[in-house]
Amino acid sequence: MKDLLFKRCIQLIMVAWGVGTLTFILMRSLPGDMAYRLAASRYGQDNFDSSTAELIRHELKLDQSAWSAYFSWLGDLLQLNLGNSMVSDLPVMDTLSHMLGHSLLLAGVGMAIAILLAFPLGLWAAKYGGWADRLTLLFSTSVRALPVFVIGVLLILVFSLELELLPVAGFGTPAHLILPSLALAISLAAVSSRIIRNEAKRVFDSSFFEFAQIKGLSTRKAFQRHGWRNLLVPVIAFFAIQLITVVEGVVMIESLFSWPGIGHGLAHAIFARDIPIIQGAALLMGIMFVVLNTLVDIISYYLDPRIKQEFSE
Amino acid sequence: MSFKKMNAALASLIILFASNAHAEAPTPENTIKVNAAFEFNSIDPSVSGYLYTRMQVLETLIDVDADGKLQAGLATSWSTSRDGLTWRLQLRDDVLFHNGDAMTAKDVVSSLNVAKRKQGPLRSAPIADISMGDTAQEVVITLTTPYKVLGAALAHYSASILPAGKYNFEDKLTELVGTGPYKLYEFKPPHKLVVEKFDQYWGQMASMPFASYLTGHRAEARVLQARSGQSDIVFGLDPAAAPMLARSNKVEIIKSKLPRTLVLKVNAAHPYLKEIEARQALSMAIERKGISMAVLRTPDSATTQLLPPSMSDWHISDAPSLDKNLDKARALLEQIGWKRNSDGMFERDGKPFALRLITYADRPELTTVATALQAQWKKLGVDLKVDITNSSAIPAGHQDGTLNLALIARNYGFIVDPLLTLIKDFGQESGGDWGSMNWHNPQIQVALKGLVNENNPDRYRATAQAFAEAVATELPVIPIASYTQQTSVNKRIEGFRFDPFERNFYLNKITIK
Repeated sequence: MKDLLFKRCIQLIMVAWGVGTLTFILMRSLPGDMAYRLAASRYGQDNFDSSTAELIRHELKLDQSAWSAYFSWLGDLLQLNLGNSMVSDLPVMDTLSHMLGHSLLLAGVGMAIAILLAFPLGLWAAKYGGWADRLTLLFSTSVRALPVFVIGVLLILVFSLELELLPVAGFGTPAHLILPSLALAISLAAVSSRIIRNEAKRVFDSSFFEFAQIKGLSTRKAFQRHGWRNLLVPVIAFFAIQLITVVEGVVMIESLFSWPGIGHGLAHAIFARDIPIIQGAALLMGIMFVVLNTLVDIISYYLDPRIKQEFSE
Repeated sequence: MSFKKMNAALASLIILFASNAHAEAPTPENTIKVNAAFEFNSIDPSVSGYLYTRMQVLETLIDVDADGKLQAGLATSWSTSRDGLTWRLQLRDDVLFHNGDAMTAKDVVSSLNVAKRKQGPLRSAPIADISMGDTAQEVVITLTTPYKVLGAALAHYSASILPAGKYNFEDKLTELVGTGPYKLYEFKPPHKLVVEKFDQYWGQMASMPFASYLTGHRAEARVLQARSGQSDIVFGLDPAAAPMLARSNKVEIIKSKLPRTLVLKVNAAHPYLKEIEARQALSMAIERKGISMAVLRTPDSATTQLLPPSMSDWHISDAPSLDKNLDKARALLEQIGWKRNSDGMFERDGKPFALRLITYADRPELTTVATALQAQWKKLGVDLKVDITNSSAIPAGHQDGTLNLALIARNYGFIVDPLLTLIKDFGQESGGDWGSMNWHNPQIQVALKGLVNENNPDRYRATAQAFAEAVATELPVIPIASYTQQTSVNKRIEGFRFDPFERNFYLNKITIK
């Protein structure tokens, strides 16, 4: 266990440096003048011209060399200072924690609803097969084929316009959270229900499961004692990967529902060439990836006795 | 997780949300809810001031009425010396900032000095000095050359008045404190702003306790916000969605003309665009009425002029015809040596008439209009390549000379007096980032710049008309259509008023039924 955590700590430091450096190189090598981009984003299309771009170039010292910019960023990072946004001048940490908090809330609730939807669907399809399986496959394929944006609009049409139950967009109350997280959950459950179905089917068809039943356990008991653990290890690994896709991929949901999340914020920061925000967001996401993977490792460690053995050897 | 644990987790989540509630919190009943596309990201008036003057947190010394005439704001009156070099402004003496301090000449001098150092029209004004006058309520601005349009510059949001102590040594604003009928309540950039009624306002007190602003990035989501009644006022409706919304019995659609024009910026030094005939032929091949009907959904918005009839000095009443005329356009091109090849496309010296147009995606109609132009010019025999990029590519392309054509939506009412924008766009031969490019008409250009200190209204009008004529015939830019803002107003709102100069939402005049 200590070994695992130590490895992950080293990985965390390498990821932070690697991601930051890579974003720095990528952003610097994009075509177009950064000062012009920043001017357009900061002052709006009606209120900027080349003289504004020069003003920004001077103010943000954009004409310094790439090396000196890189080392000043690295120095700040070592002091855990992510700097200020080049567009809003607000501290990157404040902006990102506001956005990441909202994204995590949305992702967390979305994942929770997705789990509530995906497990019954997946298990149902695996247990009964036939029509049940084909029906869930149809659901899964058709939802997957729709952009998540369309699911969102459909939900708004039903729950906000027809039934007038929930707000269309915005944030700040629990009611505002329901539609975006439901849209996200439906799109997530489409894939994860199939993974669960496959894993459950693998368990149901396995010889150890058959043996448990021959031993005299009811299907229910056999599933509780021998099914769950076997099924969960790959499913949990899949959910962990999915959470990352969720956090970075909710751009459409976030802009449709005016939700102040990191996906939307990062997309805007890239349009604006707001390098500190891009670097900070990439850094946080990298760290989150490592932390989540560590969590999954720890859960798997407790779920799967084979891993424990591996580490003790 | 057991049910008990899950319940406990749920309960703590609910408490977390509930603890955010305020004793006198905004509710749907006591809040005017506004929704529009623009994001805000700073409290600095030079950056996001357009939102704070609209939401009535900040105010300027000089105000503007619906016709663009200057009016008293935080200054009750102003006068100019005989030589035009000294402006004296008398301040209102009953103005309190939201922190309770009285507004003095010191605050005004500090705010204007900061504005002069930042982005905005004051930065390019010929100001020598801004200082306190003889009395505590007087501010004196001294100029290096006469500048009749200083009043319009002072009415701009970047010249809003804030307390002197709120800027630090780097000119950074530490707190948003204004003088308007609403004060800041919740600031969550870039999406949400809530303002609360200020009880000690000097003018007409707001009747609604709160007003909120929510950024709606997607036009579809904004329409749904309006239809569901969750937003009271929704600006910038998608023209295609407005008729559907109009059938709802909950809202009223208000159409208002804006001094914003859809124009093609032309590089007049480009080998294919340097002859006036070529620009005229391209203009003649544009199906303006079709574009305004099918894309902008406002049939009367087609125009060949830069400025709308409401700015009458700058608008010619007997403008050239809007109708497309392909035969005449082709004849003009043939006059200057272009010949059609077997595919019907124009060629000269073995080279095809091919151009590159850039436009940006911030405004969805621009990309549609760009592709319409591509199809219409193909019929003429001109090959157009369209590049959708960031708006910053236009000033950058102007500066490095690589630009051929750009499709832009230019706001001539951004500063109340269009003259300042026009001088910036057309006042020099190199042109302006958002205006002409390499257009050579020194007589008109010098006369235009001279208008900043023209006191005779007849001479002013004559020059303005000559400028409008020159633009219409020489086409340094090619106007296509004017803009109509479509706003959805919920029927529970009373007293809504649209400001064509987009400086103010007039929230204090609104009541909810």
